[in-house]
Amino acid sequence: MRLRVLQFAVFAVLILLWHVFTTPGIIPPFYFDRDNAAAFFFGEPIKVFWTTIDWFTSGEIFVHLGVTLLETVLGFFIGAVSGLGIGLWLALSNTASAVMEPYIKGFNSMPRVVLAPIFAVWFGLGIWSKVALGVTLVFFVVFFNVYQGVREVSPTLLANARMLGASRWQLLRSIYLPSAMSWVFASLHNAVGLAFVGAVVGEYLGSSQGVGYLILQAEGTFDINTVFAGILVLTAFALLLDAIVGLIERGLMTWQPKTSETEKI
Amino acid sequence: MTTSGAPALALEDITCRFAGRDGGAPYTAVASSTLRVAAGEFVSVVGPTGCGKSTLLNVAAGLLAPSSGAVNVFGEPLIAAAGVNRRAGYMFQADALMPWRTGIDNVVAGLKFRGVPRAEALKQGEDWLRRVGLAGFGDRYPHQMSGGMRKRLALAQTLILSPDILLMDEPFSALDVQTRQLMENELLELWAADRKSVLFITHDLEEAIALSDRVVVLSAGPGTHPIGDFRIDLPRPRDVSEIRMTPAFLALHKEIWGAMKEEVLKAYQQQKVA
Repeated sequence: MRLRVLQFAVFAVLILLWHVFTTPGIIPPFYFDRDNAAAFFFGEPIKVFWTTIDWFTSGEIFVHLGVTLLETVLGFFIGAVSGLGIGLWLALSNTASAVMEPYIKGFNSMPRVVLAPIFAVWFGLGIWSKVALGVTLVFFVVFFNVYQGVREVSPTLLANARMLGASRWQLLRSIYLPSAMSWVFASLHNAVGLAFVGAVVGEYLGSSQGVGYLILQAEGTFDINTVFAGILVLTAFALLLDAIVGLIERGLMTWQPKTSETEKI
Repeated sequence: MTTSGAPALALEDITCRFAGRDGGAPYTAVASSTLRVAAGEFVSVVGPTGCGKSTLLNVAAGLLAPSSGAVNVFGEPLIAAAGVNRRAGYMFQADALMPWRTGIDNVVAGLKFRGVPRAEALKQGEDWLRRVGLAGFGDRYPHQMSGGMRKRLALAQTLILSPDILLMDEPFSALDVQTRQLMENELLELWAADRKSVLFITHDLEEAIALSDRVVVLSAGPGTHPIGDFRIDLPRPRDVSEIRMTPAFLALHKEIWGAMKEEVLKAYQQQKVA
């Protein structure tokens, strides 16, 4: 409880400082030569707040937010599922992983955001170019974690399951997959963030809808308050997505020991 | 104890050579070892640490193909490439339970792999949990159990499939002395109920004598091979903590230790050099 109060205090102080330094007339300008220059560059928290409220009350934001979230979720799912599938396949097949290794390394070290213009050409300015960018970002995070997870399965656990009569398919289902899942979940928080990045960057480079598009439009008219409002909304929804992943993780990973867990009497 | 016909498990002239690391000289872990376990016989294999006892057991399980030699299971050849030894259950030294499954789901894993319907598997699973003293703990995950409970669970997981041969690799070495003696007594009780063939690996001579019909002593590595074979004709049923005090036990211990001592010292010297 004390912690919550302190956390909120930090937030309040930051907003207050922002307000004091940017609102014209509160303190005399000490860096810029004009009174409203600070507000022009950094926005004003009260105006940002009202812009945000206005978006939600007028309903203007929903269509944009919906598009951005749809792109994020699609990018996330396609990227995560293909990362899981291909990660399992390469980790279990030595030949395939040896053949593919240089290509995987190459694609991973490439700054994949530069693919965005190419995707825009291939998939147009609709949602799919953004989804594609999200997929390339998410895929590698999940892929490397699955690969690692499968490679680090305890040999004793495998030998035991084989002695108990598990077939190849049963080994996959009851040993490799659950073992890889704990690694996958560790990467999913990261992956959701990257899917979001893919969606917004994609929108930023060319789109007609989405929160990234709103920010781009506002920037074009030097409306810095709307830009900040957009950032605020994006941050809030990124946190929300992260919380959802955390919730799913807790539901599926009940078997993992928590630190110093004791029985309640 | 031996019955007529082929032995339950026969390791014939087994040699296991491993490729050297980084192009080094190959390491011969086991050299021309022959070991037979009759049906219903409890055989312990003792030897100094790091002498290749587990290698021998992995060969018997079909998890490891020997460089040369043959494994026969009830007279039929076992080929490791074609799969594991289906008539054997294996209890590992390290924890081998699936951490993401509850106790009962771990116990019935083997039945499920064999396609036994869930209801039937659960019925047998509950029965086995009761037999190893874990009734009511089926919904716990392995990390919520003590080391002794996890071993019981592993024992139930192996025995539920009622294997004809039981391979055990120092299963109780990680337990404290009291828990260990309790587990040894429980193992003897469960074994006495249906007399499977057991191949029990240990570095603890007292444990070996207290449990077995026969104790095989291995030489120090490299090139481990049996150097002694001792029949233990102590009366059954035994209580492992009491039998250790009897004169017959002490005499056997002295005799086998005499054969083993030199090998243990040899292994110790090798480890000091390495």
